[in-house]
Amino acid sequence: MNALKKLFGGNTRQFGMIFALVALVVFFQIFTEGRTLTPGNVINLFNGNSYILILAIGMVLVIIAGHIDLSVGSVAAFVGIAVALAIRDWNLPWYAAVLFGLLLGALIGAWQGYWTAYVGIPAFIVTLAGMLLFRGFNQFVGKSNTIPVPADFQYLGSGYLPEIGPSTGFNNLTVLLGLLAVAFVITGELRARRTAKALGAEVPETWVMITKLVLINGAILYATYLFATGRTGTSFPIPGLILAVLVLIYGFISAKTVVGRHIYAVGGNRHAAELSGVQSKKVNFLVMMNMSILAGLAGMIFVGRSTASGPFDGVGWELDAIAAVFIGGAAVTGGVGTVIGSIVGGLVMAVLNNGLQLLGVGADLTQIIKGLVLLAAVAFDVYNKTQGKKSIIGLLMKNFGGSGNNVPTKPDETTSTKEVISKEA
Amino acid sequence: MATLETQSEPVILEMQSITKEFPGVKALSNVSLRVKAGEIHAICGENGAGKSTLMKVLSGVYPFGSYSGDIVYQAEVQQFKDIRASEAAGIVIIHQELALIPELSITENIFLGNEPTRRGVIDWAEARRRSLELLARVGLREDPDTPIKEIGVGKQQLVEIAKALNKSVKLLILDEPTAALNESDSQHLLDLILGLKGKGVTSIIISHKLNEIEQIADEITIIRDGKSIETLNVKADGVDEDRIIKGMVGRTLESRFPDHAPTIGDVFFEVKDWTVGHPQVQDRLVCKGSNFHVRRGEIVGFAGLMGAGRTELARSVFGHSYGRFISGHVYVDGKEVHMRSVRQAIDAGLGYVTEDRKTLGLNLLDDIKTTTVSANLRKISRGIVVDANKEYAVAEDYRKSLRTKTPSVNEGVAKLSGGNQQKVVLAKWMFTDPELLILDEPTRGIDVGAKYEIYGIIQQLANQGKGVIVISSELPELLGLSDRIYTIFEGAITGVLNKNEASQESLMKLMTSSRKTA
Repeated sequence: MNALKKLFGGNTRQFGMIFALVALVVFFQIFTEGRTLTPGNVINLFNGNSYILILAIGMVLVIIAGHIDLSVGSVAAFVGIAVALAIRDWNLPWYAAVLFGLLLGALIGAWQGYWTAYVGIPAFIVTLAGMLLFRGFNQFVGKSNTIPVPADFQYLGSGYLPEIGPSTGFNNLTVLLGLLAVAFVITGELRARRTAKALGAEVPETWVMITKLVLINGAILYATYLFATGRTGTSFPIPGLILAVLVLIYGFISAKTVVGRHIYAVGGNRHAAELSGVQSKKVNFLVMMNMSILAGLAGMIFVGRSTASGPFDGVGWELDAIAAVFIGGAAVTGGVGTVIGSIVGGLVMAVLNNGLQLLGVGADLTQIIKGLVLLAAVAFDVYNKTQGKKSIIGLLMKNFGGSGNNVPTKPDETTSTKEVISKEA
Repeated sequence: MATLETQSEPVILEMQSITKEFPGVKALSNVSLRVKAGEIHAICGENGAGKSTLMKVLSGVYPFGSYSGDIVYQAEVQQFKDIRASEAAGIVIIHQELALIPELSITENIFLGNEPTRRGVIDWAEARRRSLELLARVGLREDPDTPIKEIGVGKQQLVEIAKALNKSVKLLILDEPTAALNESDSQHLLDLILGLKGKGVTSIIISHKLNEIEQIADEITIIRDGKSIETLNVKADGVDEDRIIKGMVGRTLESRFPDHAPTIGDVFFEVKDWTVGHPQVQDRLVCKGSNFHVRRGEIVGFAGLMGAGRTELARSVFGHSYGRFISGHVYVDGKEVHMRSVRQAIDAGLGYVTEDRKTLGLNLLDDIKTTTVSANLRKISRGIVVDANKEYAVAEDYRKSLRTKTPSVNEGVAKLSGGNQQKVVLAKWMFTDPELLILDEPTRGIDVGAKYEIYGIIQQLANQGKGVIVISSELPELLGLSDRIYTIFEGAITGVLNKNEASQESLMKLMTSSRKTA
């Protein structure tokens, strides 16, 4: 027990969410008699959820800033069909079509950001309107038809890393990617440790670090093995690759850059942020715009995967993305949340979905179970906070460099009578 | 002291040795108040003296049993368990923050919670008829169907009184009734209170505006530090403002200040004709043509009662972060600068530490190091990337130099005590390297030991040749800390006193009247 505590930074619940994910995977692995952790299923799981996870990345930033975006499904659908039409009617090559889709997303985001940030209409209303607007646009420009996309565009949503190099029985590129990830994790940890030492901050003991690295890298290598040994022609999927790149970029932006700091600051206390010189309107505009760009990307990946764009693409995606973010530890009031947390939250939902499907549980029961999981995850978090303990998710996220500190309520010293009175009253 | 000289006049209210404690603080200790029927009785005291607490005890906000002592009202000991109980007895309190609902009409507001019904259905015809009567009594000529938000604060105050009259009020308590009103509205209200007196309504009025009190009050009870000091009869004792002030501030200086020998340089920061409108109310001014300047190495105090416009002045100068800017100029080192946003103000060398640490000063979700660098991220960033190592190092430096008590700079600011939170906020602004630091109530809610340290930090900043403005409600603090003190009253600067000529009495006088002496 003591060893575990040291491993996880003094609190075994620190990795609660990841434990939950691992436990869920193990549970389904056992009860589906090994059908969960097969190359085919894992590849499927990533392919089928990458667009929701991409939405969750944008959504967590929106939610950290204290807003919400209900329009992502409709925006994704509209961008998807606009891109499909552009390819069909204007003969755009796939890369130009992607660029066009991203620009359209940006334009839509600028529209929503304008109303939210500069006019001051709550994002809930703006994006509720957007949900109707862009669903309508999708069906208007597509005349409620399904528009197919060519094969090179489909690669975006259903492609795999190609087979190159010597025949090793593995997909070489996937293996290379896995090894790169391992190297990245190890050097990153070592560097962080070195600078922490140089600054005189406390560092965990060596064995703790080694065990941690072994666990993380073991997971990465196992995943690499699964992805690299799939049925011929499959390997690490392109949507997964896009997702991984986005997670790295947005994880970095949110935790390490000025703009990331400003997003947390505006969501945590807008007035205090403004009085510190943060331009909160600009920040709000940017997060809303970014969300729509990512929604456009998600829409295009979905179209690529399903080979065509239809009038009912993306229905209900906003709810999946929002659920992922909240399971991942974000706070409704803003200021709290991380990109990694939201991805883990999204994966919990995805594994749940997939596992229940494999077990042959109906869609009705699946929804009920997902609803309860969402409620339980957030309730657990709220309970922990009111108990004055750190939220597990908050602790978990702290480890990933985000500012996910949760505030235990502790009475402050008050010496002036007036303050005491105003508190009493 | 001529107090309670005549026992023959009927007494409507007698509060006998009221003591009210909050955890750790004795808000009222043995306070006695005796109000004669049909008079206007004023209660005076500094901010935080206990006036409002006393009125909350009287009106049942703090229910019977939460205080000790007796309330004798109309010759009976009362045990009010809530506001409804005191209202039923004819005691109505009108708070400084009006309790009206902006979207509802005058009639709806007057009868809110007290609606006339006929067979369970609200009888609006009856309500409207009665509200017309009530409006006539308070001298308000408005259509009773007008929504509250469409009439000014002065008229809203009259609606509150009409609402009180509807409850057949016998004892009316007004908490700072004229604080938000302009002069003509104030006068109208005072006349109305006098008129009600003629009709047998007894009033208790709490006000910082001593000239008004002198004008309408029959008796004045002075409260200081939670104790009732004296009761004065305005006519018999020949009470004037000076007499009231003497009673209000008559305490010895208790706070201690670090020794400090100022080295004051030239004027480097100057504000001229600064006029700012209220952010919501169209033609109300919160700053009226203010002029002030700060010299290098100088600690300048801003004295004024709550709501006088000190914070409004500071925040509007700090990048127009409050109110509607109307006119005015700011000069730094003789050159005019325009600060239209907080960013520009910070770039121009200003810093502002807010009076409201929790809602305006801190993101309580952040940790110490994040907060420390939050107003000057540029300095620790390469391009857009925040250098976490520099961040840690900077926060560590300030933790050591300001002696912030915390296990590490990775701790959340919410966990710190008020004094240590304030040190983190000070560190945040010191890190922006301001030429002029404005501190709004820098020691509010902070214990004595930490206060001393904060005074030391302020003096240190001045020693480095920076200008410091300190806004404070605590006069001893201003007197102990400042080299020069401006007084503000109703949005206008009413005077400036050097350290050697300032006293609590002279400041209080300037803070409560529009008389110009400088």
